[in-house]
Amino acid sequence: MTSKINQKMMALAGDQAVAYAAKQSDVDVVAAYPITPQTIIVEQFSEYVANGEVETEFVCTESEHSAMAASLAASVTGARVFTATASAGLALMHEMLFVTSGCRAPVVMAIANRALSAPLNIHGDHSDSMAQRDSGWIQMYAENSQEAYDLIIQAFKIAENTDVLLPVMVGLDGFTLSHTLENVETLPDDAVKQYVGIRKISTVLTHEGKQSPFKLDPKNPMTMGPIALQNYYFEFKRQQEEAMKNALNVIQDVNNNYGTSTGRTYGNGLVDAYYLEDAKVAVICLGSTAGTMKTVVDKLRKQGIKAGLLRIRTFRPFPMEAVRSALKNVKAIAAMDKSMSFGGNGGPVYHEIRHALYDSASKPFIVNYIYGLGGRDTSPAKLSTIYEDLQKILEKQTIEDPIKYLGLRE
Amino acid sequence: MTSKYKNWKDIAPAGVCSKSSTTFLTGDWKTYTPIRDLEKCTRCLTCVMFCPDGAIRWLPDKKDIEFDMSFCKGCGICANECPTKAIKMKL
Repeated sequence: MTSKINQKMMALAGDQAVAYAAKQSDVDVVAAYPITPQTIIVEQFSEYVANGEVETEFVCTESEHSAMAASLAASVTGARVFTATASAGLALMHEMLFVTSGCRAPVVMAIANRALSAPLNIHGDHSDSMAQRDSGWIQMYAENSQEAYDLIIQAFKIAENTDVLLPVMVGLDGFTLSHTLENVETLPDDAVKQYVGIRKISTVLTHEGKQSPFKLDPKNPMTMGPIALQNYYFEFKRQQEEAMKNALNVIQDVNNNYGTSTGRTYGNGLVDAYYLEDAKVAVICLGSTAGTMKTVVDKLRKQGIKAGLLRIRTFRPFPMEAVRSALKNVKAIAAMDKSMSFGGNGGPVYHEIRHALYDSASKPFIVNYIYGLGGRDTSPAKLSTIYEDLQKILEKQTIEDPIKYLGLRE
Repeated sequence: MTSKYKNWKDIAPAGVCSKSSTTFLTGDWKTYTPIRDLEKCTRCLTCVMFCPDGAIRWLPDKKDIEFDMSFCKGCGICANECPTKAIKMKL
Protein backbone atom coordinates (compact mmCIF):
# COMPACT_ATOMS: atom_id res chain seq x y z
CA MET A 1 0.00 0.00 0.00
CA THR A 2 1.37 3.39 -0.89
CA SER A 3 0.70 6.68 0.80
CA LYS A 4 -1.26 9.44 -0.92
CA ILE A 5 -0.02 12.05 1.52
CA ASN A 6 3.48 13.44 1.80
CA GLN A 7 4.75 12.46 5.22
CA LYS A 8 7.64 13.73 7.27
CA MET A 9 10.02 11.37 9.05
CA MET A 10 10.71 12.53 12.60
CA ALA A 11 12.82 11.05 15.39
CA LEU A 12 10.36 10.67 18.25
CA ALA A 13 10.17 8.68 21.46
CA GLY A 14 6.78 7.04 22.04
CA ASP A 15 5.62 9.73 24.47
CA GLN A 16 6.63 12.48 22.05
CA ALA A 17 4.86 10.73 19.19
CA VAL A 18 1.69 10.58 21.29
CA ALA A 19 1.92 14.26 22.27
CA TYR A 20 2.56 15.21 18.63
CA ALA A 21 -0.47 13.22 17.44
CA ALA A 22 -2.65 14.86 20.12
CA LYS A 23 -1.36 18.26 19.05
CA GLN A 24 -2.38 17.58 15.46
CA SER A 25 -5.80 16.16 16.43
CA ASP A 26 -7.34 19.56 17.18
CA VAL A 27 -7.92 18.80 20.87
CA ASP A 28 -10.04 21.31 22.82
CA VAL A 29 -9.12 20.34 26.37
CA VAL A 30 -6.25 18.47 28.01
CA ALA A 31 -6.60 17.89 31.76
CA ALA A 32 -3.69 15.91 33.13
CA TYR A 33 -1.30 15.14 35.93
CA PRO A 34 2.27 13.92 35.30
CA ILE A 35 3.52 10.45 36.21
CA THR A 36 6.48 8.39 34.99
CA PRO A 37 6.73 7.10 32.27
CA GLN A 38 3.93 9.23 30.82
CA THR A 39 5.29 12.60 31.97
CA ILE A 40 6.85 13.51 28.62
CA ILE A 41 3.41 13.43 26.99
CA VAL A 42 1.86 16.14 29.15
CA GLU A 43 5.17 18.00 29.46
CA GLN A 44 5.50 18.15 25.68
CA PHE A 45 1.85 19.11 25.29
CA SER A 46 2.14 21.93 27.84
CA GLU A 47 5.01 23.26 25.74
CA TYR A 48 2.75 23.36 22.69
CA VAL A 49 0.23 25.32 24.78
CA ALA A 50 2.87 27.70 26.15
CA ASN A 51 4.27 28.31 22.66
CA GLY A 52 0.81 29.08 21.29
CA GLU A 53 1.06 26.17 18.84
CA VAL A 54 -2.36 24.87 19.90
CA GLU A 55 -5.59 26.49 21.06
CA THR A 56 -6.14 23.79 23.65
CA GLU A 57 -7.30 24.63 27.18
CA PHE A 58 -4.69 22.95 29.41
CA VAL A 59 -5.85 22.12 32.94
CA CYS A 60 -3.17 21.24 35.49
CA THR A 61 -5.10 19.18 38.02
CA GLU A 62 -4.11 18.22 41.55
CA SER A 63 -4.49 14.47 40.99
CA GLU A 64 -5.39 11.89 38.38
CA HIS A 65 -8.84 11.47 39.90
CA SER A 66 -9.40 15.15 39.20
CA ALA A 67 -7.77 14.88 35.77
CA MET A 68 -10.32 12.29 34.73
CA ALA A 69 -13.18 14.22 36.36
CA ALA A 70 -12.18 17.34 34.42
CA SER A 71 -11.74 15.36 31.20
CA LEU A 72 -15.21 13.87 31.61
CA ALA A 73 -16.77 17.25 32.35
CA ALA A 74 -15.15 18.85 29.31
CA SER A 75 -16.06 15.93 27.07
CA VAL A 76 -19.78 15.97 27.88
CA THR A 77 -19.98 19.59 26.70
CA GLY A 78 -19.04 18.32 23.24
CA ALA A 79 -15.32 19.12 23.47
CA ARG A 80 -12.56 16.86 22.15
CA VAL A 81 -10.53 15.79 25.18
CA PHE A 82 -7.16 14.11 25.59
CA THR A 83 -5.28 13.03 28.69
CA ALA A 84 -2.54 10.59 29.66
CA THR A 85 -1.45 8.66 32.71
CA ALA A 86 0.18 5.43 33.93
CA SER A 87 0.37 3.00 36.82
CA ALA A 88 -0.75 4.50 40.14
CA GLY A 89 -2.24 7.44 38.25
CA LEU A 90 -4.56 5.15 36.33
CA ALA A 91 -5.38 3.31 39.53
CA LEU A 92 -6.35 6.60 41.17
CA MET A 93 -8.65 7.34 38.20
CA HIS A 94 -10.45 4.02 38.66
CA GLU A 95 -13.72 5.47 39.95
CA MET A 96 -13.89 8.18 37.29
CA LEU A 97 -13.14 5.72 34.47
CA PHE A 98 -16.54 4.13 35.03
CA VAL A 99 -18.28 7.50 35.23
CA THR A 100 -16.63 8.55 31.95
CA SER A 101 -17.65 5.42 30.05
CA GLY A 102 -21.09 5.46 31.71
CA CYS A 103 -21.63 9.07 30.57
CA ARG A 104 -20.53 7.96 27.09
CA ALA A 105 -17.79 10.60 27.02
CA PRO A 106 -15.33 9.88 24.16
CA VAL A 107 -12.16 10.89 26.01
CA VAL A 108 -8.89 9.60 24.53
CA MET A 109 -6.19 8.67 27.03
CA ALA A 110 -2.65 7.43 26.47
CA ILE A 111 -1.30 4.96 29.02
CA ALA A 112 2.47 4.57 29.20
CA ASN A 113 2.07 1.10 30.72
CA ARG A 114 3.88 0.67 34.03
CA ALA A 115 3.88 -1.74 36.95
CA LEU A 116 1.83 -1.09 40.10
CA SER A 117 3.25 -0.81 43.64
CA ALA A 118 4.21 -2.48 45.95
CA PRO A 119 7.13 -2.87 45.71
CA LEU A 120 7.60 0.40 43.87
CA ASN A 121 8.59 -0.04 40.24
CA ILE A 122 8.50 2.52 37.44
CA HIS A 123 9.10 0.11 34.55
CA GLY A 124 6.88 -1.35 31.92
CA ASP A 125 4.25 -4.02 32.30
CA HIS A 126 0.49 -4.18 31.73
CA SER A 127 -0.66 -4.38 35.37
CA ASP A 128 -2.12 -0.87 35.26
CA SER A 129 -4.39 -1.08 32.23
CA MET A 130 -5.30 -4.76 32.69
CA ALA A 131 -6.65 -3.87 36.13
CA GLN A 132 -9.03 -1.46 34.34
CA ARG A 133 -10.17 -3.83 31.63
CA ASP A 134 -13.76 -3.92 32.87
CA SER A 135 -14.11 -0.14 33.22
CA GLY A 136 -16.04 0.23 29.95
CA TRP A 137 -13.13 1.77 28.05
CA ILE A 138 -11.94 0.59 24.66
CA GLN A 139 -8.34 -0.63 25.07
CA MET A 140 -5.78 -0.70 22.27
CA TYR A 141 -2.05 -1.42 22.51
CA ALA A 142 0.68 -0.07 20.24
CA GLU A 143 3.57 -2.18 19.00
CA ASN A 144 5.91 0.74 18.34
CA SER A 145 6.05 4.53 18.44
CA GLN A 146 4.77 4.76 14.88
CA GLU A 147 1.65 2.88 15.87
CA ALA A 148 1.29 4.94 19.07
CA TYR A 149 1.22 8.05 16.87
CA ASP A 150 -1.30 6.50 14.45
CA LEU A 151 -3.45 5.07 17.24
CA ILE A 152 -3.97 8.40 18.99
CA ILE A 153 -5.30 9.93 15.78
CA GLN A 154 -7.45 6.86 15.10
CA ALA A 155 -8.68 6.78 18.70
CA PHE A 156 -10.55 10.06 18.28
CA LYS A 157 -12.30 8.66 15.18
CA ILE A 158 -13.26 5.51 17.06
CA ALA A 159 -14.31 7.13 20.35
CA GLU A 160 -16.35 9.93 18.79
CA ASN A 161 -18.18 7.71 16.30
CA THR A 162 -21.83 8.18 17.30
CA ASP A 163 -22.43 4.40 17.18
CA VAL A 164 -19.64 4.00 19.74
CA LEU A 165 -19.30 7.03 22.05
CA LEU A 166 -16.91 5.29 24.40
CA PRO A 167 -13.60 6.48 25.84
CA VAL A 168 -10.43 4.91 24.41
CA MET A 169 -7.21 3.95 26.20
CA VAL A 170 -4.12 3.67 24.03
CA GLY A 171 -1.39 1.63 25.70
CA LEU A 172 2.28 2.03 24.89
CA ASP A 173 4.85 0.04 26.82
CA GLY A 174 6.57 2.14 29.48
CA PHE A 175 10.20 2.97 28.60
CA THR A 176 10.37 0.27 25.89
CA LEU A 177 8.25 2.59 23.74
CA SER A 178 7.63 5.71 25.81
CA HIS A 179 11.31 6.65 26.14
CA THR A 180 12.86 5.04 23.07
CA LEU A 181 13.63 7.17 20.05
CA GLU A 182 12.28 5.80 16.77
CA ASN A 183 11.71 6.95 13.24
CA VAL A 184 8.09 8.02 13.02
CA GLU A 185 6.36 9.01 9.80
CA THR A 186 4.13 11.97 10.61
CA LEU A 187 1.28 13.46 8.63
CA PRO A 188 0.95 17.16 7.88
CA ASP A 189 -1.12 19.10 10.47
CA ASP A 190 -3.96 19.88 8.07
CA ALA A 191 -4.24 16.25 6.94
CA VAL A 192 -4.75 15.09 10.54
CA LYS A 193 -7.14 17.94 11.29
CA GLN A 194 -9.18 17.03 8.23
CA TYR A 195 -9.09 13.32 9.07
CA VAL A 196 -10.34 13.69 12.64
CA GLY A 197 -12.73 16.49 11.62
CA ILE A 198 -15.03 18.35 13.99
CA ARG A 199 -16.59 16.14 16.65
CA LYS A 200 -20.09 15.13 15.55
CA ILE A 201 -22.78 15.34 18.23
CA SER A 202 -25.73 12.94 18.13
CA THR A 203 -29.16 13.81 19.46
CA VAL A 204 -31.11 12.34 22.38
CA LEU A 205 -34.68 12.52 23.63
CA THR A 206 -34.72 14.85 26.63
CA HIS A 207 -37.14 15.39 29.51
CA GLU A 208 -38.91 18.01 27.39
CA GLY A 209 -39.79 15.27 24.88
CA LYS A 210 -37.66 16.74 22.08
CA GLN A 211 -34.49 15.64 20.34
CA SER A 212 -31.59 17.75 21.59
CA PRO A 213 -27.85 17.61 20.91
CA PHE A 214 -26.30 15.08 23.30
CA LYS A 215 -24.13 17.52 25.22
CA LEU A 216 -24.33 19.78 28.23
CA ASP A 217 -25.42 23.20 27.06
CA PRO A 218 -27.18 25.90 29.14
CA LYS A 219 -29.45 26.60 26.16
CA ASN A 220 -30.62 22.99 26.08
CA PRO A 221 -30.40 21.79 29.67
CA MET A 222 -30.20 18.07 30.33
CA THR A 223 -28.98 15.83 33.12
CA MET A 224 -26.51 13.03 32.41
CA GLY A 225 -25.84 10.00 34.59
CA PRO A 226 -27.54 11.23 37.76
CA ILE A 227 -29.23 8.15 39.21
CA ALA A 228 -30.78 4.97 37.85
CA LEU A 229 -31.87 2.35 40.31
CA GLN A 230 -33.28 -1.17 40.04
CA ASN A 231 -35.68 -0.10 37.31
CA TYR A 232 -33.19 1.33 34.78
CA TYR A 233 -29.47 0.90 35.70
CA PHE A 234 -29.24 -2.51 33.99
CA GLU A 235 -30.58 -1.10 30.69
CA PHE A 236 -27.84 1.58 30.58
CA LYS A 237 -25.13 -1.06 31.10
CA ARG A 238 -26.58 -3.13 28.24
CA GLN A 239 -26.30 -0.04 26.00
CA GLN A 240 -22.59 0.21 26.80
CA GLU A 241 -22.09 -3.41 25.78
CA GLU A 242 -23.83 -2.71 22.46
CA ALA A 243 -21.48 0.26 21.91
CA MET A 244 -18.52 -2.11 22.48
CA LYS A 245 -19.89 -4.47 19.83
CA ASN A 246 -20.31 -1.56 17.41
CA ALA A 247 -16.71 -0.55 18.09
CA LEU A 248 -15.48 -3.84 16.57
CA ASN A 249 -16.67 -2.71 13.13
CA VAL A 250 -15.72 0.93 13.58
CA ILE A 251 -12.13 0.01 14.55
CA GLN A 252 -11.77 -2.07 11.38
CA ASP A 253 -13.20 0.73 9.21
CA VAL A 254 -10.88 3.30 10.79
CA ASN A 255 -7.88 0.99 10.29
CA ASN A 256 -8.81 0.64 6.60
CA ASN A 257 -9.53 4.26 5.76
CA TYR A 258 -6.50 5.51 7.70
CA GLY A 259 -4.45 2.99 5.75
CA THR A 260 -5.81 4.23 2.43
CA SER A 261 -4.46 7.72 3.03
CA THR A 262 -1.29 6.93 4.98
CA GLY A 263 -0.22 3.55 3.66
CA ARG A 264 -0.20 2.10 7.15
CA THR A 265 -2.64 -0.56 8.36
CA TYR A 266 -2.27 -2.83 11.37
CA GLY A 267 -3.78 -6.24 10.62
CA ASN A 268 -7.54 -5.77 10.50
CA GLY A 269 -7.33 -3.18 13.28
CA LEU A 270 -8.34 -5.71 15.92
CA VAL A 271 -5.61 -8.33 15.57
CA ASP A 272 -2.37 -8.39 13.62
CA ALA A 273 -1.37 -11.83 12.34
CA TYR A 274 2.19 -12.76 11.40
CA TYR A 275 2.81 -16.01 9.48
CA LEU A 276 -0.36 -17.59 10.82
CA GLU A 277 -1.72 -19.09 7.57
CA ASP A 278 0.27 -22.31 7.89
CA ALA A 279 1.57 -22.00 11.47
CA LYS A 280 1.44 -25.10 13.69
CA VAL A 281 2.61 -23.24 16.79
CA ALA A 282 1.73 -19.64 17.64
CA VAL A 283 2.33 -17.03 20.29
CA ILE A 284 -0.21 -14.37 21.26
CA CYS A 285 0.92 -11.12 22.81
CA LEU A 286 0.22 -7.41 23.15
CA GLY A 287 2.32 -4.33 22.49
CA SER A 288 6.04 -4.04 21.88
CA THR A 289 6.77 -7.72 22.61
CA ALA A 290 5.29 -8.46 19.18
CA GLY A 291 8.14 -6.52 17.55
CA THR A 292 10.76 -8.71 19.22
CA MET A 293 8.68 -11.79 18.58
CA LYS A 294 8.62 -11.11 14.83
CA THR A 295 12.42 -11.43 14.64
CA VAL A 296 12.12 -14.71 16.54
CA VAL A 297 9.49 -15.98 14.09
CA ASP A 298 11.65 -14.92 11.12
CA LYS A 299 14.57 -16.91 12.52
CA LEU A 300 12.45 -19.99 13.20
CA ARG A 301 10.89 -19.82 9.74
CA LYS A 302 14.38 -19.91 8.22
CA GLN A 303 14.94 -23.13 10.17
CA GLY A 304 11.76 -24.53 8.65
CA ILE A 305 9.70 -24.30 11.83
CA LYS A 306 6.10 -23.31 11.18
CA ALA A 307 5.89 -20.60 13.83
CA GLY A 308 3.34 -17.78 13.87
CA LEU A 309 2.37 -14.75 15.91
CA LEU A 310 -0.90 -13.05 16.73
CA ARG A 311 -0.79 -9.59 18.22
CA ILE A 312 -3.93 -8.47 19.99
CA ARG A 313 -4.19 -4.80 19.03
CA THR A 314 -7.67 -4.26 20.44
CA PHE A 315 -8.10 -5.91 23.84
CA ARG A 316 -11.46 -4.27 24.64
CA PRO A 317 -13.76 -4.97 22.93
CA PHE A 318 -12.10 -8.39 22.73
CA PRO A 319 -12.20 -9.54 19.08
CA MET A 320 -13.53 -13.09 19.61
CA GLU A 321 -14.31 -13.83 15.96
CA ALA A 322 -11.06 -12.38 14.62
CA VAL A 323 -9.02 -14.38 17.13
CA ARG A 324 -10.90 -17.58 16.39
CA SER A 325 -10.49 -17.20 12.67
CA ALA A 326 -6.80 -16.22 12.88
CA LEU A 327 -5.98 -19.28 15.01
CA LYS A 328 -8.16 -21.85 13.26
CA ASN A 329 -5.25 -23.89 11.90
CA VAL A 330 -2.88 -23.61 14.86
CA LYS A 331 -2.27 -26.72 16.99
CA ALA A 332 -0.46 -25.26 20.02
CA ILE A 333 -0.75 -21.73 21.37
CA ALA A 334 1.06 -19.70 24.02
CA ALA A 335 -0.76 -16.65 25.40
CA MET A 336 1.63 -14.11 26.90
CA ASP A 337 0.64 -11.96 29.85
CA LYS A 338 2.61 -8.96 31.08
CA SER A 339 0.40 -8.78 34.17
CA MET A 340 -0.93 -11.08 36.85
CA SER A 341 -4.50 -11.97 37.68
CA PHE A 342 -3.67 -13.13 41.20
CA GLY A 343 -5.45 -16.35 41.99
CA GLY A 344 -7.02 -16.31 38.56
CA ASN A 345 -5.16 -19.34 37.16
CA GLY A 346 -3.33 -17.45 34.43
CA GLY A 347 -3.29 -13.91 33.11
CA PRO A 348 -6.03 -11.91 31.34
CA VAL A 349 -4.83 -12.64 27.79
CA TYR A 350 -4.75 -16.38 28.53
CA HIS A 351 -8.29 -16.20 29.93
CA GLU A 352 -9.60 -14.45 26.84
CA ILE A 353 -7.87 -16.79 24.40
CA ARG A 354 -9.13 -19.90 26.20
CA HIS A 355 -12.60 -18.35 26.24
CA ALA A 356 -12.44 -17.54 22.53
CA LEU A 357 -11.26 -21.01 21.53
CA TYR A 358 -13.46 -23.10 23.80
CA ASP A 359 -16.04 -23.46 21.03
CA SER A 360 -13.51 -23.86 18.21
CA ALA A 361 -13.53 -27.13 16.27
CA SER A 362 -9.72 -27.40 16.33
CA LYS A 363 -9.32 -27.49 20.15
CA PRO A 364 -5.64 -26.48 20.20
CA PHE A 365 -3.33 -26.81 23.21
CA ILE A 366 -3.18 -23.46 25.03
CA VAL A 367 -0.57 -22.47 27.60
CA ASN A 368 0.19 -19.26 29.46
CA TYR A 369 3.47 -17.38 29.92
CA ILE A 370 3.64 -14.61 32.51
CA TYR A 371 6.61 -12.43 31.59
CA GLY A 372 8.28 -9.02 31.81
CA LEU A 373 6.76 -7.95 35.13
CA GLY A 374 8.25 -4.73 36.45
CA GLY A 375 10.12 -4.29 33.17
CA ARG A 376 12.05 -7.62 33.39
CA ASP A 377 13.91 -7.85 30.08
CA THR A 378 12.57 -10.38 27.61
CA SER A 379 15.21 -11.24 25.04
CA PRO A 380 14.69 -13.00 21.69
CA ALA A 381 16.54 -16.02 23.12
CA LYS A 382 14.08 -16.26 25.98
CA LEU A 383 11.12 -15.83 23.64
CA SER A 384 12.46 -18.61 21.41
CA THR A 385 12.08 -21.09 24.26
CA ILE A 386 8.31 -20.61 24.11
CA TYR A 387 8.21 -22.00 20.58
CA GLU A 388 10.46 -24.88 21.68
CA ASP A 389 8.02 -25.65 24.49
CA LEU A 390 5.07 -25.52 22.10
CA GLN A 391 6.76 -28.00 19.77
CA LYS A 392 7.39 -30.33 22.69
CA ILE A 393 3.70 -30.13 23.61
CA LEU A 394 2.82 -31.14 20.04
CA GLU A 395 5.28 -34.05 20.11
CA LYS A 396 4.00 -35.36 23.46
CA GLN A 397 0.39 -34.32 22.79
CA THR A 398 0.05 -33.19 26.38
CA ILE A 399 0.55 -30.06 28.50
CA GLU A 400 2.72 -30.63 31.55
CA ASP A 401 2.60 -27.11 32.97
CA PRO A 402 -0.10 -24.78 31.64
CA ILE A 403 1.13 -21.62 33.42
CA LYS A 404 4.80 -20.71 33.20
CA TYR A 405 6.85 -17.71 34.31
CA LEU A 406 9.30 -16.63 31.62
CA GLY A 407 12.55 -15.19 32.94
CA LEU A 408 11.72 -15.83 36.60
CA ARG A 409 14.49 -17.25 38.83
CA GLU A 410 13.16 -20.61 39.97
CA MET B 1 -43.01 -9.88 29.41
CA THR B 2 -44.62 -6.46 29.33
CA SER B 3 -43.38 -3.69 31.54
CA LYS B 4 -44.29 -0.11 32.29
CA TYR B 5 -40.60 0.68 31.74
CA LYS B 6 -38.88 1.15 28.38
CA ASN B 7 -36.32 -1.40 27.13
CA TRP B 8 -32.61 -0.63 26.68
CA LYS B 9 -32.95 0.20 23.00
CA ASP B 10 -35.59 2.87 23.59
CA ILE B 11 -33.92 4.98 26.26
CA ALA B 12 -31.44 7.85 25.87
CA PRO B 13 -27.80 6.95 26.62
CA ALA B 14 -25.79 7.92 29.71
CA GLY B 15 -28.81 8.06 32.00
CA VAL B 16 -30.06 11.27 30.39
CA CYS B 17 -33.20 12.11 32.37
CA SER B 18 -36.47 11.33 30.67
CA LYS B 19 -38.37 13.60 33.04
CA SER B 20 -37.69 16.97 34.63
CA SER B 21 -36.36 16.70 38.18
CA THR B 22 -39.36 18.74 39.43
CA THR B 23 -41.62 15.80 38.51
CA PHE B 24 -39.67 13.34 40.70
CA LEU B 25 -41.21 13.94 44.13
CA THR B 26 -38.81 12.97 46.87
CA GLY B 27 -40.72 14.13 49.96
CA ASP B 28 -41.77 10.58 50.83
CA TRP B 29 -38.14 9.72 51.71
CA LYS B 30 -38.47 11.50 55.04
CA THR B 31 -38.76 9.98 58.49
CA TYR B 32 -38.92 13.25 60.45
CA THR B 33 -41.14 16.23 59.57
CA PRO B 34 -40.35 19.85 60.47
CA ILE B 35 -43.04 21.54 62.56
CA ARG B 36 -42.80 25.32 62.96
CA ASP B 37 -43.91 27.30 66.00
CA LEU B 38 -45.42 30.42 64.42
CA GLU B 39 -45.05 32.36 67.69
CA LYS B 40 -41.31 31.72 68.01
CA CYS B 41 -40.52 32.14 64.27
CA THR B 42 -39.11 35.61 63.50
CA ARG B 43 -39.03 35.03 59.69
CA CYS B 44 -35.27 35.58 59.74
CA LEU B 45 -34.95 33.19 56.71
CA THR B 46 -31.97 31.33 58.16
CA CYS B 47 -33.77 28.06 57.38
CA VAL B 48 -34.40 29.17 53.77
CA MET B 49 -30.65 29.70 53.33
CA PHE B 50 -29.66 26.41 54.94
CA CYS B 51 -32.20 23.99 53.43
CA PRO B 52 -30.04 21.79 51.14
CA ASP B 53 -33.05 20.95 48.95
CA GLY B 54 -34.50 24.41 48.52
CA ALA B 55 -37.66 23.06 50.09
CA ILE B 56 -38.37 26.15 52.19
CA ARG B 57 -39.70 29.11 50.24
CA TRP B 58 -40.09 32.81 51.14
CA LEU B 59 -43.47 34.13 50.08
CA PRO B 60 -43.09 37.92 49.73
CA ASP B 61 -46.86 38.59 49.49
CA LYS B 62 -47.59 36.80 52.75
CA LYS B 63 -44.30 37.92 54.33
CA ASP B 64 -43.94 34.35 55.52
CA ILE B 65 -42.16 31.11 54.70
CA GLU B 66 -43.59 27.83 53.41
CA PHE B 67 -42.25 24.24 53.61
CA ASP B 68 -42.59 22.21 50.38
CA MET B 69 -43.26 18.74 51.75
CA SER B 70 -42.98 17.22 48.24
CA PHE B 71 -39.21 17.75 48.43
CA CYS B 72 -38.39 18.09 52.16
CA LYS B 73 -36.40 14.98 53.14
CA GLY B 74 -36.60 15.63 56.86
CA CYS B 75 -32.87 16.13 57.38
CA GLY B 76 -33.44 18.55 60.28
CA ILE B 77 -30.82 21.13 59.28
CA CYS B 78 -33.48 23.88 59.49
CA ALA B 79 -34.32 22.89 63.07
CA ASN B 80 -30.66 22.78 63.98
CA GLU B 81 -29.90 26.21 62.50
CA CYS B 82 -33.03 28.06 63.68
CA PRO B 83 -31.79 30.78 66.11
CA THR B 84 -35.07 30.88 68.07
CA LYS B 85 -35.59 27.08 68.10
CA ALA B 86 -38.92 27.57 66.33
CA ILE B 87 -38.60 24.36 64.29
CA LYS B 88 -38.93 20.90 65.83
CA MET B 89 -38.54 17.60 63.98
CA LYS B 90 -41.43 15.18 64.60
CA LEU B 91 -41.52 11.48 63.83
